[in-house]
Amino acid sequence: MAKHVKGYLLVGALLLVFTGITVWLSYVDFGSPKWNIIVAMIVATFKAGMVAAIFMHLKGERVTIWRFLIFTAIFAFGLFMLTFLHESDPIMGTHHAVHQ
Amino acid sequence: MQIPYETTARPDTGLYNAKLGIWLFLASEVMLFGGLFSAYVFLRMGSDPGYWPHGLLNVPVGTMNTGVLIASSVTVVLAWASLKMRKWNAYYGYMLTTIICGIVFLTVKLSYEWPQKFEHFGVFLKKESVSKPNYETYLANDKDLGGEERLEITGHLEKMEILRDNKPETVAGENEQEGLSPSKAAEVLQEPNVKLVAYELHVDQQFVDFKNAAHGDKKVDRPHFWQRPPSEESVKIEADDIASASAFFPRHSSYFSTYFLITGLHGLHVLGGVIVFIYFLLFGKKLYLRNPEHMANRVEVAGLFWHFVDLVWIFVFPIFYLL
Repeated sequence: MAKHVKGYLLVGALLLVFTGITVWLSYVDFGSPKWNIIVAMIVATFKAGMVAAIFMHLKGERVTIWRFLIFTAIFAFGLFMLTFLHESDPIMGTHHAVHQ
Repeated sequence: MQIPYETTARPDTGLYNAKLGIWLFLASEVMLFGGLFSAYVFLRMGSDPGYWPHGLLNVPVGTMNTGVLIASSVTVVLAWASLKMRKWNAYYGYMLTTIICGIVFLTVKLSYEWPQKFEHFGVFLKKESVSKPNYETYLANDKDLGGEERLEITGHLEKMEILRDNKPETVAGENEQEGLSPSKAAEVLQEPNVKLVAYELHVDQQFVDFKNAAHGDKKVDRPHFWQRPPSEESVKIEADDIASASAFFPRHSSYFSTYFLITGLHGLHVLGGVIVFIYFLLFGKKLYLRNPEHMANRVEVAGLFWHFVDLVWIFVFPIFYLL
């Protein structure tokens, strides 16, 4: 358990460092805001992964929970994909700009 | 009544019941926040150029709050580890720290960040009015400074001119320094027979930067880390040129409505976690003495919820504060 405690402190420190990195990266000019978004999301996903794996003990967790989470991930992904339908104007003629 | 599998694992799932329960709950929470985040993506992708604001939030304060939440995630997992090692006093200290962190987070949000937004004012100009010289000075769309076309002037409301029963009148704040509170301005405009003529506001510092920028200087549009107070320069915006005007309330823009919705819901989660932790702190000793493993499991399950709330903030922070 004492070894685990050290690990938790280390992960906490890493998360703080990565928060600093996220802030710093947002002021770096990658050429287009799109790249800033992509880079920030990669760092955030990495941080979220650390929280889930270490603090939430997903690393070495029972297979039952993993099964749930795989389905959650699939449904959440589907939900986000729905967002992109608005680009394709699935219901003809409803795609319009708001501010004109 | 004895509930089975509260400290031992159920043979078929390999988990104690509460853990299975909290993970199912967290799965549903993923869909709840997922829905809101995808709404954010939808609104942002669909917003016309110039209508998605940047750099309006206080980055140092947001960074500090992120740090506070991360620290509380560490202390809650240490609180659980202390119970596993049967060290009640260490548990008590860590749990107390977690609660304090949660309260600090909420206090900063509710007593500082949000009220600051409510005092800030933004005016979206009509497309045909943007290029009028008195606005163009500050928006500097003609200078090729990069970024999207700027349509909004933000700052602190100083005073407004109105027509009350067709007689001109000036509404100002209680004193010069504070300026006119946006909510008071909105109240006055609600009165019958009152018609807006013009707003006068101290523009935010960045607009002075635009005004003084050299032609083609793309650096001037980059966001600033430290928040700067509004400048001393004021601009008068005529009612006829205004597309919409509001304090930084949800009605200001899609940006602020998603901001307040998502940070508000996240704040409610923090509040819920804090309440549960306070309960554990005050009433946990009895259960700990009777069945320490059961108490440890409770803390683990509430901790899982707390880590999830931290995890959501890890995404909220960059998308609203930084991007």
